Amino acid sequence: MTTVSYFGLALLTLGAILGTYFWRGMGVLFASRVNSAGAVFQWVTFVSYAMLGGLIARMVVLPIGPLEETSLLIRSLAFAIGVTVFLLLGRRVLPAVLIGVGSFIAMIFFSGALLSS
Amino acid sequence: MITNPRAVDRIAIRDSLGYPAITLLASMIGFGSLVNESGLPLGMAIAATLGIWGLPGQLTLIEMHAAGASAFFVILGVALANARFLPMAVSFMPLMPSRRAGMASDFVLVQMLSINSWAAGLKRFPEIALELRRRYYVVFGTICMSAGLIGTIIGYLGVEMMPREIALGLIFMNPLFFAILLAGVNNRPSLIALLIGAPLGLFFHLVVPDFDLLLTGIIGGSLAFWIGQRWPQRDNSP
Repeated sequence: MTTVSYFGLALLTLGAILGTYFWRGMGVLFASRVNSAGAVFQWVTFVSYAMLGGLIARMVVLPIGPLEETSLLIRSLAFAIGVTVFLLLGRRVLPAVLIGVGSFIAMIFFSGALLSS
Repeated sequence: MITNPRAVDRIAIRDSLGYPAITLLASMIGFGSLVNESGLPLGMAIAATLGIWGLPGQLTLIEMHAAGASAFFVILGVALANARFLPMAVSFMPLMPSRRAGMASDFVLVQMLSINSWAAGLKRFPEIALELRRRYYVVFGTICMSAGLIGTIIGYLGVEMMPREIALGLIFMNPLFFAILLAGVNNRPSLIALLIGAPLGLFFHLVVPDFDLLLTGIIGGSLAFWIGQRWPQRDNSP
């Protein structure tokens, strides 16, 4: 991790906030004047989703930071358990997340699989 | 048709205090713990929660920064991750027209828009008189944002007190929450984009780590768009 000044972090966060607000503000400007099902909007939405799919995969398979201490097998299994519970048991978000995270913690605990420390 | 302001307040409180507030509290506990574990300050966690107000964009900010991407690419990445707010705002804001203030207040209110308030509004607005819909939205959104803020702070401060296994579980909650929230979207082309993005993201991360998420988004998104054009869908919820 690089050491960045608080000022740099503040600017970075402000930029991220403005970059997000850009879409919200444009949405208000264009509201009811354009068709939200139009081709450009669809493309932009798909770009978001593809990017987020890539980010999820990277966070699970090639994490940066603390999750590097855990094994790929445990992360993948717990992720699969959570998503499967969600898809099979009535698409309820909270139980699925709790079961997925619970199985992750249990697997780390019982395998003693922390790589460092 | 509900025309009593007090009744609108009660419905908004009841709608938000259940499932949306608990979900936000839990997901933001995960987010707060990730920010702490990434060695970043509490103020950044709070600013990201209230200012970005969407878990995917918040995680993009923290993850791309931790990966060492330059500020320009981090900001571009967060902006692209949040592009879904454009169609969301376009379709949602006209449902709660203002009587006099014109558009100025819309630019403030749109900051509270999230998938929770979007879904709640679409469901409840047909029962609520036009001039009271903003009231419902503000009460609902304020409670959701408060739950998110409290969760962020609890997660940030709490992760240090947890046994290591549980702390790691809180951090692992981020990608899982994120995946499950997005998997709940009832829009097949968006899900296809998500699934195409996953392997592309890993590939580009290994090959061109500086541009991984941007390339994943543009190439994966265009591919999903092309597929969506060939098999058009009726449902266009974001």
